[in-house]
Amino acid sequence: MNFRTFAAFVGPSVFMMLLFIAFPLVSVFKQSFYVTQPIYETVEKETCTPGFLTQTCVTEQVSQPMLDDHGEIITQTQFVGLQSYRNVLEPERAWRAISDGSWQVLSTINFWKALRFTLTFTLITLPLVVGCGLGIAILINNAAKTIRGPVIFISLLPFIITPVIGVLSINWLFRGDGILTAMMEWWLNRDIALFAQAWTIELLMMLYRVWHVAPFAAIIFYAGLQTVNQDSLESAVIDGATRWQRLKYIVIPHLMPLIIFVAMIHLMDSYRVFEEIVGFSSQGYVISLQWLTFDYLTPDQAGNRSISRASANSMLTMIGVVILLILPLRRTWRDHKGGH
Amino acid sequence: MKLKTILMAGAMSIAASGAWAACSFENDVPLKSLSAGFEAWKAVTDAMAECGNFSASLDQEFREKQPEAFAADPALYQIGGVSNATLVPLLNAGTIRPLDDLVEKYGQDLLPNQLIKVDGKTMAIAMMVNAQHLMYRDDVLAELGIEEPKSYADVLAAAAKIKEAGVMDYPIGGTFKTGWNLGQEFVNMYLGEGGAFFGDGNMPAINNEQGVAALETLKAMTEYMDPEYLVSDSTYVQQQFQQGKIAMANLWASRAAAMNDEAESQVVGKVTMAAAPMGSAVPATTVWWDGIVLASNISDEEADAAFRVALEGMDTDMVSANNDVAVWLSPAYSAGALAAGAAASAEGGAKAYPASGPMGIMHTSLGNGLADYLTGAKDAQTTLADIEADYITAAKEAGLISN
Repeated sequence: MNFRTFAAFVGPSVFMMLLFIAFPLVSVFKQSFYVTQPIYETVEKETCTPGFLTQTCVTEQVSQPMLDDHGEIITQTQFVGLQSYRNVLEPERAWRAISDGSWQVLSTINFWKALRFTLTFTLITLPLVVGCGLGIAILINNAAKTIRGPVIFISLLPFIITPVIGVLSINWLFRGDGILTAMMEWWLNRDIALFAQAWTIELLMMLYRVWHVAPFAAIIFYAGLQTVNQDSLESAVIDGATRWQRLKYIVIPHLMPLIIFVAMIHLMDSYRVFEEIVGFSSQGYVISLQWLTFDYLTPDQAGNRSISRASANSMLTMIGVVILLILPLRRTWRDHKGGH
Repeated sequence: MKLKTILMAGAMSIAASGAWAACSFENDVPLKSLSAGFEAWKAVTDAMAECGNFSASLDQEFREKQPEAFAADPALYQIGGVSNATLVPLLNAGTIRPLDDLVEKYGQDLLPNQLIKVDGKTMAIAMMVNAQHLMYRDDVLAELGIEEPKSYADVLAAAAKIKEAGVMDYPIGGTFKTGWNLGQEFVNMYLGEGGAFFGDGNMPAINNEQGVAALETLKAMTEYMDPEYLVSDSTYVQQQFQQGKIAMANLWASRAAAMNDEAESQVVGKVTMAAAPMGSAVPATTVWWDGIVLASNISDEEADAAFRVALEGMDTDMVSANNDVAVWLSPAYSAGALAAGAAASAEGGAKAYPASGPMGIMHTSLGNGLADYLTGAKDAQTTLADIEADYITAAKEAGLISN
């Protein structure tokens, strides 16, 4: 393919990438170093609200943004350097907690609390997703040809369900006296409250995530299983290799590039865990980094939102993803170079 | 296909012309409104639609859309539905218009306390008030010989008795869901204790005796609540009541009618509405109102039509047809047993919700920060100090506190 053709094919995609990914990223990066705020003046104001039969009026000092001649709020934008990052990370408080060796205090600071959960969530679900995915793939592969279609369909179902809906249904199954909790209570003959402490909520979240993503891993691995060299497998059988040995020495090495691919996708996805927090409304116990960005961005009733802290936090989230990806990426890079 | 369209159009026009009869004039200016989506707003906007040429957006996310939609020129909606808190961003941005001339022209039937005045100018027309107040199961309490609880000490004592008697495992319900709901519970308690949220220059002032007292009462209540209280919102508490699982809760007046809804409730006629329990100073609740505003960036003609349509929406017909849906501000409203709690709370001196820019931030900080105290991760003073620190960070970023 000559360069012109190549450029013509790639051009639109590069343009889209620049417009929808690179440009917003640069803008968020810039915003994390600036703070834009209205200029307030303090005025005395009388406000009357309805009571029963009569009105209650109060006169008080209120801060009110100044408006320009067109009736727009006057804002000023200031360069604040790393202040927003400092506001998110709260390094002094975090350091004090670490030097006191007080894990409990550290885990009450929003960012660190979120980071703790996000990392646990990501690293625990990773092997489970790969393991379950492989298990399902082998199951499908060994199923009789006639039922293979339906088995693939059923095992893909969890992946098709919209994440928020999936989370909500798990929430309703277990919340309060939900069906499954009621069944467990009847079986164990004791009162169970799954949403009353952090660890049960986290467990449910991880269960949900593995249930949701394992089919994706499975379908990739299933595709990989079709290309395993049958001759090697047959010779292994003749050599007296057990099923487990065949899996360990032939199938898994063959699938390794796919396993790395699935692992990378899963790392990226689960580090941005969000639906689980919203769906389980677990903010009181468990929060994630992505949820924290969302919370900074949500305006309160008076319309205030923390754009700068949200930008700083999303940059930090991105840095986290990059760090997590370095390991598998290095391996792929080595393999890639070795291959040539 | 064509026949179907014609039939549909015919049916629509009959329905529409039939409906016009209920409105005193025929509106020919296209109008739109944006408001919250609860039952009362549905009743009001349905009544407005009877005048024709009107479409309503009932949206639970309205508070995110409203400031931007009203700042556009021309404004995307002529009529806005607000509460005392969501009025603040519109007032600050100057995107809503004074209504005094329109009130003079068309508002003869309005009650004086429906006019929301800011610096002497009418900026909104209130249609209903809402407050959290005590609802309790009078059958359960009467059986155990417990009098109507007047303070939180009474509530806790009653809860202890009910639990001891083995009637219910968790006698108290509460809207303690982390976030806005939990923040609101603290606001109620703290104002009930007579606290003030801010000192000079919007600096926070909640780390004091009243703050600690408010926290301790909240925590004491959780002893008698379903352990999953941090995920329980108004709807959840309402359902707990309807299913007979709880005996007492400080719940919104707008939820009162649901207790007697025969389709959902197993406790019809057994729930009494009473004043919110007393704090040290006033009843531990806040009075809210909901009402309408008109955008600045619309023509005077549109404003004129919008105002008339809005008044049709909250006229006596609508109120008498939907009497129990809310505590209406209207001469036609007959305050029945369901409104008794809200009225008694207000008579007891309950404060209005102190809506303002800083309060918006404070409410968020409270909502996110209080859970750590209730789960036992922090003590009361640390919790309040951390909430203040969080508030200061956010308020500095918003420009409300100078650095």
